[in-house]
Amino acid sequence: MKPLVEMKNICLRFGGNQALDNVSVNLYPGEVVGLLGHNGAGKSTLIKVLSGAYRADSGQIFIEGRAVEINNPQDAQRLGIETIYQNLALADNLDAVANIFLGREKRRGFALDEESMELEARQVLMRLRVQIPSLRLPVAQMSGGQRQTVAIGRAIQFKARILIMDEPTAALGPEETRKVGELIRALKAEGVGIFLISHDLHDVFDLADRITVMKNGRVVGTVYAHEVSHDDVLGMIIGGVMPKNARPAEVPRTP
Amino acid sequence: MKVGDKKEGFLQSLRVDGRILTMLIVLAVVWMVFQLLTLKQPGQFLSVQNLWNLSVQTAVVGIMVGGMVLVIVARQIDLSVGSILGFTGMMMALIQTMPPLGWGGHWLLALLAGLLLGALIGGFQGYWVAYWGAPAFVVTLAGLLIFRNASFIVASGRTIGPLDDNFKVLGGGIGGSIGEFWTWVVGGVMALLIVYQLLSNRNRRKKNGLPVRPWWAEAVVMGFLLALTLAFILVMNAYTYPGTNIPRGIPVPVLVTLSVLFFLNWMAQNTRFGRYIFAIGGNPEAALLAGINVRRTLVWVFALMGFLAALAGAVQAARLNFVTNSMGNLLELDVIAAAVIGGTALAGGSGTIVGAALGALLMSSLRSGMVLMGLPTEWQNVVLGLVLLAAVIWNTVYLKNRRGAV
Repeated sequence: MKPLVEMKNICLRFGGNQALDNVSVNLYPGEVVGLLGHNGAGKSTLIKVLSGAYRADSGQIFIEGRAVEINNPQDAQRLGIETIYQNLALADNLDAVANIFLGREKRRGFALDEESMELEARQVLMRLRVQIPSLRLPVAQMSGGQRQTVAIGRAIQFKARILIMDEPTAALGPEETRKVGELIRALKAEGVGIFLISHDLHDVFDLADRITVMKNGRVVGTVYAHEVSHDDVLGMIIGGVMPKNARPAEVPRTP
Repeated sequence: MKVGDKKEGFLQSLRVDGRILTMLIVLAVVWMVFQLLTLKQPGQFLSVQNLWNLSVQTAVVGIMVGGMVLVIVARQIDLSVGSILGFTGMMMALIQTMPPLGWGGHWLLALLAGLLLGALIGGFQGYWVAYWGAPAFVVTLAGLLIFRNASFIVASGRTIGPLDDNFKVLGGGIGGSIGEFWTWVVGGVMALLIVYQLLSNRNRRKKNGLPVRPWWAEAVVMGFLLALTLAFILVMNAYTYPGTNIPRGIPVPVLVTLSVLFFLNWMAQNTRFGRYIFAIGGNPEAALLAGINVRRTLVWVFALMGFLAALAGAVQAARLNFVTNSMGNLLELDVIAAAVIGGTALAGGSGTIVGAALGALLMSSLRSGMVLMGLPTEWQNVVLGLVLLAAVIWNTVYLKNRRGAV
C-alpha cells in the first residue's frame, strides 16, 4: 500500500530558530497518526507546511507517491488536504454557511448561490449529527462544539482525503469530545487519512493508530499506539528517547 | 424562551435591524426638532426647497461612505479620500477647461481620466498596505498630505473653471436634474425593487424553513418603504425651477449616490468580493487559510474607495463650477464619521451600507438644520463631534449587549 502522505527531510528555519530539522513523517489511507510534543516542538509548524501556510526551506512532500509542491493553501486544497486549526479558523462575523464555503463559494453568474450552499451545508452538518440552532447566525454566537462542527463540516464538504486536526477537542466539553471521536472513526472508515495533534494523551491513545513524537523540531520516533504505554510516550515527549523494546512504526499496523 | 416565541413583541415581529431602526427614529426626531425650531422663518427645515438641497448636500459624502464602510469592515482606514477628491477634481477641471488655464480636453475624457486616476491612487495606497504591511492609517495620512498639495501644484495654486456645461449636469445645478417624468420612472423602479426584494427574500427564507415575518409585519415594512419612496418622489417633483412651474425632479448627483449605494449594498451581500471583505474583517488569518487572496482583495477595496472619491470629486467640481485647491478639505472626517454613526465598527468585520447612508443623511441634516438656524460653524462642529461621540458609545454598548445576550 502506498502512503497517502509522505513528508521527507523537511527543514524550516525562522531566523535563528530551526523550527523543523530533517523531519520525516508519513500517513496511510484510513489511519490516524497522532502528532505529539511540547509547545514549540514543531507539530503545528509541520502541519502548516503540509497545509500550505508555510513553505519548507528544503525537503520533499509526496501525495500518493507523487512529488508535489505546496506553495499556498489553495495548492493544499487542490490535493485534498483540509486543515482544522486549533484556533478554529472561522470568521466569527459570518454565519455557518459562509464559513463552510469560505474561499470556495458557489455562484450563479456573479452572485453567490446562497440557496444551494445552505442546502449542502445542511446535509453536511446532518452527517455530523450535531444540532446547529441556525445556519444563518454568526458563528460568534455558537458554542465551542457547534463551531468545531462547522470547522469539520468545512473540511468534509470539500471531500478531504487528508485531514489535519490541530487540537480538535481543546475547546470542547466531554459530550462534544465524544462526538468528535465518533466522527474521526467514521472518516477513518471512509479511507480518510488523519493527522491528529493533541495535548490530551487519552484522546490520542483512544483514536490514533500510530504516534509520532516531536521534540525541538525533530522527530523522536514513531510507535504503534497499542504497543506502548502512556509513560513510554511521556518519556518520548519529555526525554526525547524511544522506549526500550518498542519497534519503530514506519508503516501502518496490519490488522 | 418558549413564551417569547409564542408572543413576539411588535418590534421582534418586524425583524428590523435594531440599529437601523434607531437611526430612522433619531433622523425623524432631528427633522421634527429642526422643523419646530425653524417654523417662524421663511426657510423651514421641512420645506421642499431645503429637503431638495439636503439631498444634494448629502450626495458627495453619500457616494464615498459606502466605500469607507468596506474599507473599515476590512480593518483598514482611508484618511486620504478628501485629498483624492480634491486632486482628481482638480485634474478633471484642468483637462476640460480651455487654455491658457486648462488643457481644453473633452469633458467625458476628463471624467473617465479622473475616475481612473482615483482608482489608481487608491490601488497604489492599497498596494503598500496589503503587500508591504504598512499601516493604512499612515499610508493614507501620507496620501492626504501628498494629494492635497499636489492639487495646488498642478494648478499652480489657481482656481480652475468654469467647467463644461455637460459636465456640470453631474452637480445638480440648472439642468442637473432628470425632470418630472424620469423621476416617476426612477420611483417606479425603486418600488418594484423593494417589492421584489422583500417577497423573494420571504420565499427563500420560507423554503429553507427559516422564520419569516408575519404577513401584517411584512405589510408594515413594505408599506413603510414604499411610502418613503413616494414621499421622496413627491418632494423631488415639488421643487420647481425659479420663476416657473417646471418640476426639477431628482438631481443627477442624488441619482448617482443612490445607484452607487444600491450597487455597493448588493455587492457587499451577494458577491465573493463582498463576502471576502467581511471575512478579512472578521478573522484575517482564517481568510488567508481559507485560500482567499487577502492582499489582492485589500488592493481592490482601496482602489474602489479611490474610484468613489474621484466620482464624488466629479460631483463636487460640477456643483461648484470652479475648482479650488482646498476642495474636499477635511471631508475624510465627514465620511468616516458618517460610517461610524451608521454603525460601522472600527474593529472591523461589521457594518452596513444602509446604516452608513443613514449616517451620512443624519450628518448633513444636522449641518443643514444648524445652518438654517444661523448657528456659527464652530458650534456646528462641536455638535457634530458630540453626535459622533454619542454614536460610537451607543454602538459599543449595543455590540457588548448582543455578545452578552448569547
